[in-house]
Formats: sequence, C-alpha cells, structure tokens
Amino acid sequence: MAGLELLSDQGYRLDGRKATELRKVQARMGVFAQADGSAYIEQGNTKALAVVYGPHEMRGSRNRTLHDRAVINCQYSMATFSTAERKRRPHGDRKSTEMSLHLKQTFEAAVMTQLYPRSQIDIYVKVLQADGGNYSVCVNAATLAIIDAGIPMRDYVCACTVGFVDETPLADLCFAEESGSSLALALLPRGGQIALLQMDARLHQDHLEALMEAAMTACKGVSKVLDEVVRRHLQEVSVLTGE
Amino acid sequence: MATVQLSEAEKVYVLHGIRDDLRVDGRSCEDYRHMEIETDVVSNTDGSAKVTLGHTAVLVGIKVEMGKPRPAQPAEGYMEFFVDCSANATPEFEGRGGEELGMELTNTLYRVFNNKRSVDLASLCISPGEHCWLLYVDVLLLQCDGNLYDGISIAIKAALFNTKIPKVLISEGEDGGTEIELSDDPYDCVRLSVDNVPCIVTLCKVGPRHVVDATLQEKACSVASLIMAVTPAGTCTCMRKVGGGSLDPESIFEMTEAGKRVGRALHGPLTALLRQEEALGPTRQKVGFLG
Repeated sequence: MAGLELLSDQGYRLDGRKATELRKVQARMGVFAQADGSAYIEQGNTKALAVVYGPHEMRGSRNRTLHDRAVINCQYSMATFSTAERKRRPHGDRKSTEMSLHLKQTFEAAVMTQLYPRSQIDIYVKVLQADGGNYSVCVNAATLAIIDAGIPMRDYVCACTVGFVDETPLADLCFAEESGSSLALALLPRGGQIALLQMDARLHQDHLEALMEAAMTACKGVSKVLDEVVRRHLQEVSVLTGE
Repeated sequence: MATVQLSEAEKVYVLHGIRDDLRVDGRSCEDYRHMEIETDVVSNTDGSAKVTLGHTAVLVGIKVEMGKPRPAQPAEGYMEFFVDCSANATPEFEGRGGEELGMELTNTLYRVFNNKRSVDLASLCISPGEHCWLLYVDVLLLQCDGNLYDGISIAIKAALFNTKIPKVLISEGEDGGTEIELSDDPYDCVRLSVDNVPCIVTLCKVGPRHVVDATLQEKACSVASLIMAVTPAGTCTCMRKVGGGSLDPESIFEMTEAGKRVGRALHGPLTALLRQEEALGPTRQKVGFLG
C-alpha cells in the first residue's frame, strides 16, 4: 500500500500505539458450560474462542494411544465471516492444518501429559474475527481454556507476533502490519523457555536478536494480563460457590 | 445432532413429567428456555447476531457482496447459507464430522428463507439482469443443547434486522454500460425489512403430548418432531417431519395449531427487543462473550 506508513516519525503506528505497546486484551474464562474448559479472548480487533475437552479416552484410532502420556489433539478453524473477504471453508485448508500442528506442538511442551497416560486432550480454537496475530491470540485463548479445564501445565503459554519496521521491533501486529516481516513466538514466561518460534519473511541476521528480545518482553506482558484474568475468574467462582 | 445417553428410568421420569405439563427444568410444554440475543457482535460483517437459548449458542454473520443475479430471477437478489457445526459444540464435530448435520440445517434454511415471500429479495436488486446484492449468511454453532432450528432462525432474523447494505448510485458509463458508485459515507446504508421473515418452531412429540424447545434429554425420549416455519402473521410457510417414529395425522394437526400459536407469540417480543436494542444507539456497550 503506497504511502501507508507503519511507523510514523513521532513513533506512532497505524492505530496510534507506540512500538512496544500491546493491544487491549479482554478475556473471560468459562464461557461455555458444556465443555470441560473454555475461554474467550479479544486482543484489539482479533477475537478467538478456545474450548478444551478432556482428558478423556482416546477417540478414533486406538493405535495412536501413547502408553506413557496423553495425546494432544488440536484443531484451528476460522469462522467464515472472520476475515474481510469471506472464507469459503472454515478449516481443512493447508493454513489451518499447519496452524493446528503448531498449536499441538506448543501445548505438548507445556501441558503435563505424563499425568494422563493412554488418554486424549482436545483443544479446539475458533477465530471469530481476524485482525492480525491469529496464532498468538489462539495460543493465549487456549492457555486460558486449559486452565479453566483444570489440566495441569508447567507454566502459562503466552504468544505474541512481532514485526520489524525502520530498525524498530513492533509488538503485537495487526493485520495491516503483518504484510511485512512477522515473527510469532510462544513463550513459557517463568523459565523463559520458547515453545514455538516461527517467521516467514526476510530479515537480516543482525536484527534477529533484537526482534526476539522484543517478542519475549511482549509475551511477558501478555502473561501478566492472563494471570490477572485467571485470578479474577478464580475469585468470582469461589465467591459463587461460597468459599 | 449430538445425543445424550438416557437410562430407561430417566426416560420414564421425563415422560411422566411431560404428561403432567411439568418438564425437568420446571417449564410447561410450550415455554421457551431463557433466551439472550445480541446483535452487531462481529465488526467484520455487515450484520451479525448471537443467540443463546439455554445452553445452545449460535452466532450468525451476514456479509453482503455484489454479484450477478440468477438467470431464473433476474430482478431479485439471493441468499447463500452455510452452517458450520464447529468442534466447540462436541468433539464428534471435529474435522468433517459436523458436515452431515451442517448440510441438513443448510438445506432447511434455504427452503425457509430464500424465497421472496420471506425476505424482500426484490429490494436486493441493483440493475435487473446485471447486478444484485448477494447475502452470505454464515451460521456458526457453538454449543448444542437441542432445538438448533429455533435458535438459528431467531439469530438469522436478528442478523437480517441488523444488516446494513451500502447505498449504490447507478449511472450511465462512457461506453453505455452501467457504472456503479458506492456511497462514500460508511453510515449511509439501507436496511432490510424483516416483517415477513419467519421463525422456525420445533415441536417434539414426547408420549401423548408435544413440547416446544426440547433439550437433548427430551429429544432422546421423543419419537418424532415437527419443524415448522411461522411468520409474524401466524401463517405456516414450511413444514417438515423429522425423526424415526411415525405420527398420527391428528397429532400433526394438533402440533401445527400449537406451532402457529407459539410462533405468533414469539415474533412480537422479538421485534420489540430488536428495536429496543437499536434505540440504544451506536454507543451502546457491546457485551458479546465477555458478559
């Protein structure tokens, strides 16, 4: 887009944020009563719903059962009205399958699967509105949903998508900013362990370290917000159950 | 539909209760569950609505696009439906598991809504034979606790009420072809009239009586159901019997009368609620899933 500056001279982005500022995060746990765990998160204009079923007996092919840990099964799908141009198939295309595999990889690093041998944990994520950072928002939603389901995890999994413009790393990209370089990072904040790192763009090697540092700081910021959401939810629930 | 396992004792309990006009959650046979409706929840769409009927949750998004009218009806626009039974509702819908139910729901929606008596399709025409508005109605099923048709039809009616179609100016182009100009102002739009849009009422036959808005438990005790589309005037536009059992012609007649009564009573409060929500203006607090 000619003439559209992603970072103005005064340091403001398209939506008025500064380079290291995250979008407004609003989240709620326990959205659906029928699922074992569910969560809804809004990061700016990107909205995602995550639902967790399990741990339960292995469905489908029994020979994929693992004798010493649980299998994590993820499905990423987008609502057909989530993108500016209508999407014809909610899931089943290459991008969604790839995202599902990434989510599986991310959560296998965090969930304590060895506590549930021979069982399956299903994580279903649905993007209701896509405005950049889809994968990261889904990871954050899924973390809250897993906590709502009561499945033990080593740590929160927080993710953020960062980009690089004019020698400055931009945290938490929106859709217009994603057309340049974008790096998605999923972090376990307490130990500083990276669960997933993905980038599809050209970036000079020298900038990589700065970009990763920015991503990790952004993820730690997200983890503070998620922690607050969990504690608030716990307080509400304990008030309702009279403890 | 996702089913629930019931023991024989539970079925007898439900049956006896319904016989005495007292259902498991205390409702009478013709009462709906607690319903929550909110419009304009997804900002990427031209119209959207979210309906929660007890534990059933449905989200409908409508996107308006310009296209060529169908050759059989050149002076009308049309609607395209798609129902996505997402895995959120139950793990059985993962991958392609929800496609069958989705197809069944989609086909019924086409029959009920996509005709000029339900929706004013002539108002969707821009220039006959060349351009028309095409409404893509996408239904997302988030939670399944029985009575999907009713929830979906109410959500579609609310979303159609909320849909804003941009105003277009048709002018003669240089080579004699028509030129279409979209108005610059994003708030300058046309609304659809939903006065004739029907709502679907599902009546399940449980024992000697019929119930409206059956939960999954009650559905498991029923032999067959009757799905009917009822307009605000009380006329029945579409009717179908589903389920493996057989129905007596007398009970079908009885259920039809009850369906018309229930349907007529549903439209009044629904339209009043939608207008009330509209009157709150664009600055109203949007709750969505956060409330």
